[in-house]
Amino acid sequence: MDYYDIFISVLSSTIRLSIPLIFTALAGLFSERAGVFDIGLEGKMLGSAFAAACVAYVTDSAWLGLVAGILCSVALSLVHGFASITNRGNQIISGVAINFFIAGITIVLGQAWFGQGGRTPQLAGEARFSPIILPGVDAMREVPVIGPLYANVISGNNILTYLAFVAVPLSWWILYRTRFGLRLRAVGENPGAVDTAGISVTWLRYRAVMCAGILCGFSGTYLAIAQSAAFIKDMSAGKGYIALAALVFAKWKPVPVMFACLLFGFLDALANFMQGKQVPLIGEVPVQIFQALPYVLTCVLLAGFIGVAIPPKAGGVPYTKER
Amino acid sequence: MSTASVPLPRWINYGLIPFLNLLVAFLISGFVVWLIGESPLDALSLLIEGAFGSGEGIGFTLFYATSFIFTGLSVAVAIHAGLFNIGSEGQAYLGGLGCALVALALDNYVPWYVTMPIAVLGAGIFGAAWAFVPAYLQAKRGSHIVITTIMFNYIGAALMVYLLVHVLIVPGKMAPETRTFLDGGQLPKLGWIMEIFGGKLGAAPFNVSFIIALVVAWFVWLLIWRTKLGFEMRTLGVSPTAAAYAGIPYARTVMIAMLLSGALAGMMALNPVMGASARLQVEFVGGAGFVGIAVSLMGRNHPLGIIFAAILFGVLYQGGDWISFEMPNITREMILVIQGLVILFAGALEYMFRPAMVHIYQRLTGK
Repeated sequence: MDYYDIFISVLSSTIRLSIPLIFTALAGLFSERAGVFDIGLEGKMLGSAFAAACVAYVTDSAWLGLVAGILCSVALSLVHGFASITNRGNQIISGVAINFFIAGITIVLGQAWFGQGGRTPQLAGEARFSPIILPGVDAMREVPVIGPLYANVISGNNILTYLAFVAVPLSWWILYRTRFGLRLRAVGENPGAVDTAGISVTWLRYRAVMCAGILCGFSGTYLAIAQSAAFIKDMSAGKGYIALAALVFAKWKPVPVMFACLLFGFLDALANFMQGKQVPLIGEVPVQIFQALPYVLTCVLLAGFIGVAIPPKAGGVPYTKER
Repeated sequence: MSTASVPLPRWINYGLIPFLNLLVAFLISGFVVWLIGESPLDALSLLIEGAFGSGEGIGFTLFYATSFIFTGLSVAVAIHAGLFNIGSEGQAYLGGLGCALVALALDNYVPWYVTMPIAVLGAGIFGAAWAFVPAYLQAKRGSHIVITTIMFNYIGAALMVYLLVHVLIVPGKMAPETRTFLDGGQLPKLGWIMEIFGGKLGAAPFNVSFIIALVVAWFVWLLIWRTKLGFEMRTLGVSPTAAAYAGIPYARTVMIAMLLSGALAGMMALNPVMGASARLQVEFVGGAGFVGIAVSLMGRNHPLGIIFAAILFGVLYQGGDWISFEMPNITREMILVIQGLVILFAGALEYMFRPAMVHIYQRLTGK
């Protein structure tokens, strides 16, 4: 295979693998910028994947699947909000609880409803988001360099992939150019000041976790009915945590979040590609190195070797209005 | 007036409210069972039958409980110092490497009671080592311990798979595991305890690590409530500013608490690695590190409470196996559902019932 073809194929799988990370990391961005830590990203992603696959199977509509995925994820966000905003409980514990609950309930219900060991039935046709072929692909394919890039990387993705890349500037715009975004960021840094200005900290944080829920709904739906054609048990496989790492790696900023997710997606794609291949001088590179690299990089960043990552100041601290 | 500052008697704070929290968690679990179309009461009786119905059942229950005591203590020690160690899973995994290396090195030469203390040490040191970097980053760089310990769980998992697949594997074998330890590297079963009560252990791997766990729990109690270091850790946990004002060194206390927490998690590996399978296997921890979070929360971070909570989770694990055997509709993962609900209601929603309790209490006492 020609080197350029290899490059194109790794690039297109990078895009595929990055999409759930981008949605999820943006979800974490909304939540954490408002001062609510969200370890439950993993669970929300998995839960919405299950909901999307079930509803898409029953209704034979991918769009209804997406709606179900979002509703499920938002519901979980509200549980997280109820525990950590209303009841001022520990946000980490609440997130861990959601992850456990979802890891179990998706398999228990999946087995009870479909009897396929936690899988949902295979989806086809309208029940999935299928690739969109952009116009002019056949004409472009023969053009050197740009042609394969257009045909295999830019074209042929499903609608959710394009939406992910829309979600990045949109998140930036919401967070940095709207009144809601300004207040959201303020509530993550100094909720007392926001409260003094007469704005409800509680309601603002609830809206932030709901935004996170909506975005996680997209990522779960993508996993189950765009990337795959069914829900498979534990299919999020730690992606929620990688997204969390990407969020830290990107220092809680929307555009860097996208690049961090693309980087981690690229490492994943490279790991798949390198499996069983010999590298000159080194020999076979163990796939585990690529698996550990996103986390190692994030820890190196946290150690202060690549700039400083300063989290939102009020992150993880429940707001108490009165004493 | 806020209800948070109203004092309630101890039996409400430490008895009634935790009981209500657990009750809600189990009622919702029962609802899930009912939703699937099985009877929650039948499931409950199967659970108890599976966990306590035979000597073998009890043996398995206590075997699971042993692991959970270690990880529960690990989480609790960190929580006392105000740290949330979510990395017990990874620390236990690395602890397995420590005790397996000791067992592999010594099992040919010495009997088990010589290997055991060195293995405890090895497991503890490896577990602590895996907590070192997150502890250092928290103490010196202010990186959030939750984030770093999660990262280290995944780095640890990748490292262990690499070691088992490429380094420790028996040449010519397919399974990624070490060779089977000889008798000198295995912890004996505690069949005789069961026989005192007239039961038979059967295939249950209930072993000496249970006794080690109880001793360690006692040490943890001593440390937390009877030493200066324990006092400093608790002060830091309650109020970092007060601790700083009292001259308690932040970085040192954080480091010690996390290293101890990692060591306790690492020791958990004795039970499955040297007590049960007699070899180091991929993913032998199987989520016990995360169960430790639930156990510690339920046991109110007190060693005695942790022992009881660990046994309760042992019952859930063993009984859950039994249920999934008898009721094929309910899979083993039902345990995760219950676990999640317990963590949610006993942990995150800890104070949900408190305002209502305060109102009822004030009305009844007429204050």
